[in-house]
Amino acid sequence: MSMSEYVVELRDCTKIFPGVKALDNMQLAVKPGEILGLIGENGAGKSTLIKVLTGVHQADSGSVYVNGQQMQFKNPNDSAAAGIACVYQELNIEKLLSITDNIFINKWIKGSNGLLDYKAMHAKAKEVMASLGQDVDPTKPAGTFGMGVQQMIEIAKAVLIDAKMIIMDEPTSSLGEKEVEQLMATCRKLRNQGVGIVFVSHKLEELFTLCDRVTVIRDGQYIDTRDIADWNNDSLIAAMVGRTLDNLFPKEYGTKGEVMLEAKNLVEGGVLDDVSFKAYGGQVLGFAGLVGAGRTETMRAVFGADPLDSGKIFVKGKEVSIKSPAQAIKNGIALLTEDRKGQGLVLAESVKNNLILANLKGFSSGFFLNFGKIAKAAEDNIGALRIKTPTADERVGQLSGGNQQKVVIGKWVNTDCDIFIFDEPTRGIDVGAKIEVYNVMNRLVKEGKCVIMVSSELPEILGMSDRVYVMRGGKIMAEVERDSKHFNQESLMKAAWGGNINE
Amino acid sequence: MNKKASGLTSYLGTLGALLILCVLWTILSRNFLTYNNLMSVLKQTSFNALLSTGMLFCLITAGIDLSVGANATFSACVMGMLVTRGFTNPIALIIIALICGTCIGLINGTLLTRLHLPHPFVSTLGMKNFLWGAALLVTSSQMVSFSSASGVMWLGSATIGGFPISFIVVVVIYIILHILLTRTSLGRSVYCAGGNMEATRLSGINSANVLTFCYALSGFMAALAGIVSVGRSGICNGTNAIQPYDTDAIAACVIGGASFNGGKGTMFGTMLGALIISVLRNGFSLLAIDSAVQNMVLGLVIIGAVLLDVVRENMAAKARRNAAAAAQK
Repeated sequence: MSMSEYVVELRDCTKIFPGVKALDNMQLAVKPGEILGLIGENGAGKSTLIKVLTGVHQADSGSVYVNGQQMQFKNPNDSAAAGIACVYQELNIEKLLSITDNIFINKWIKGSNGLLDYKAMHAKAKEVMASLGQDVDPTKPAGTFGMGVQQMIEIAKAVLIDAKMIIMDEPTSSLGEKEVEQLMATCRKLRNQGVGIVFVSHKLEELFTLCDRVTVIRDGQYIDTRDIADWNNDSLIAAMVGRTLDNLFPKEYGTKGEVMLEAKNLVEGGVLDDVSFKAYGGQVLGFAGLVGAGRTETMRAVFGADPLDSGKIFVKGKEVSIKSPAQAIKNGIALLTEDRKGQGLVLAESVKNNLILANLKGFSSGFFLNFGKIAKAAEDNIGALRIKTPTADERVGQLSGGNQQKVVIGKWVNTDCDIFIFDEPTRGIDVGAKIEVYNVMNRLVKEGKCVIMVSSELPEILGMSDRVYVMRGGKIMAEVERDSKHFNQESLMKAAWGGNINE
Repeated sequence: MNKKASGLTSYLGTLGALLILCVLWTILSRNFLTYNNLMSVLKQTSFNALLSTGMLFCLITAGIDLSVGANATFSACVMGMLVTRGFTNPIALIIIALICGTCIGLINGTLLTRLHLPHPFVSTLGMKNFLWGAALLVTSSQMVSFSSASGVMWLGSATIGGFPISFIVVVVIYIILHILLTRTSLGRSVYCAGGNMEATRLSGINSANVLTFCYALSGFMAALAGIVSVGRSGICNGTNAIQPYDTDAIAACVIGGASFNGGKGTMFGTMLGALIISVLRNGFSLLAIDSAVQNMVLGLVIIGAVLLDVVRENMAAKARRNAAAAAQK
């Protein structure tokens, strides 16, 4: 076997961490000039697999082959030298430094005088970025550009070292619709130049749009690789979770109650433009739209996290003044923020302390905290929400994304709130955990509570909502009931892009 | 609460260091282990221990208060100014000093939370310099004797059978603040605001008020420390405002397990830290060792404490990883 048909191949790789087999005879093979999708639930071993390929971790057994040659990666430099690059989910961008500085970190071009040759570096940076479809000024600080461009800078780094294979770890999770399209175009371009791309994603639609083949892994083991044409939604999910899920969206119906939350003519200069909506008890109200349409901003304004210029908010028919999150909570409104780590949790604190954070008063007897009550509530939450944690005293930062999200949910279930706003509740969590989040929504709705869900995933909006508002540019574009003929992907998309759904 | 269990073991190092230090001084100096000397150590500890309380609260919120020492001196000098003008009612003087110190703390807190100055390092450093000048200004750069208002000196000088009242007050304050930090929602909020201010705010807790409280408390305690210092020395002296009192307070907190990243630190640890510093200084002066050497050793102790903390953190993180891995299995 002299030449391999694969540019990079991982064979029979096992990696054991104290007490856990992260990779168990793992396989992965990437052809030159293909986009290989890689999918698996959280904890399936994707990150360990990536880290073995990039030399961050060393496998206990098994090897990596590049162009058929067995390699021994002792550190990330070895892997990079062999032509393997990775764009991590958390970008490594120095925001205050220029694009050029970012691209040429540790690969500086020096002039004959030994000093950095910025003229040459800027020219090259501009050229590389242009080849990725980005016409940008490389002398500007990277932080002044959006996430899409910042990601391209990472890809440019890979292109600059003539990477044979580029791993993209959930590259679309922080991008808007347009940026995703651009990224896909770039991926195809690189593929056509013969680069092998490993595209890690939780979003099945993306895999079907972009990939040539898809590999599924589960519990550290290789499950299957097939051409994309031989996969469908059901078979992918079945391979991923090891069982068939009859329904990705286990929608259940509550009884439509009174109007719980009503917003009238909300205005926030440059962000919200006359937004009005009604949300009923016993229903899930969906907010669809593109990233940046003003949905999150609407919710933050209702919750008192950002100030409004004008507008009225009614809770159960009564006008209320909400100027701070504390006032919102007093009025029974809970906001589960999009950014769990930054805005939802205190990562260094215990599961228990995070669970009581939104209702410290309720967990106090007089002036003092009631530790018995806290321990009981924590145990109840961990059981009811199936939070996987060794103990209630574990630091939240140690839990997986899905379990962190459940802690956030628990935090709000522990309040007296009856209006629950979920902002992108399933972003970055795996299919199993997603379904558990949907079940929490079902339960809340059945208890007569009001659920508002902001989501950029149309299938999720369609799967779970009783009614949907579509936003664009800080305005409500459409209101669609579940039994309307417009309750479909095409109509909602049309409204999200500014069209009139009745035409 | 596992914090309690792991907490005790994490004190063992600090407690051990304190004991070893005491044994060492006992061997080296006949005068160390005498009632009078130990009482004098406690008396010396009071001042720093009071400054350290506010410092600890600020450190837990990932902030800092560099103005505590200057605030103590300034509050004392405000009393001194009134004394030189013939105002000698001790109760009134003490109340004025406490109000003065608390207001300065409130200003520090407001600068941080309402005017959104980036990090309290800068604003409280500015405040320190301002107070230094102000302390000199109100006393016309003169030392002021409190002999005409000796009631003010009671807190810093009185003893019960040689045991300093000031240290009893310190212990009571530490117990109250310990309960506040560990058993009340305000205390929880202080730790959580240090860990993630935005998440805390979005959980309905008024983080701004929590932080302002910490700085106001720091100001109040600084003024109280100023009153104690007047009792000990019988005077106030504006030039003391630039003494390294703030760094001693930071050192006590850090030796006791607080972190500049916030979210960590306890009253008990801070007390141990304050005791270590004063025992160290006391032993050095008993042995008549140059104060230059004193400062060098104290510097090394601070570095060593932080180093120990980092090692401890890494070990704890590793233990957690192993435990998590075992649980997954």
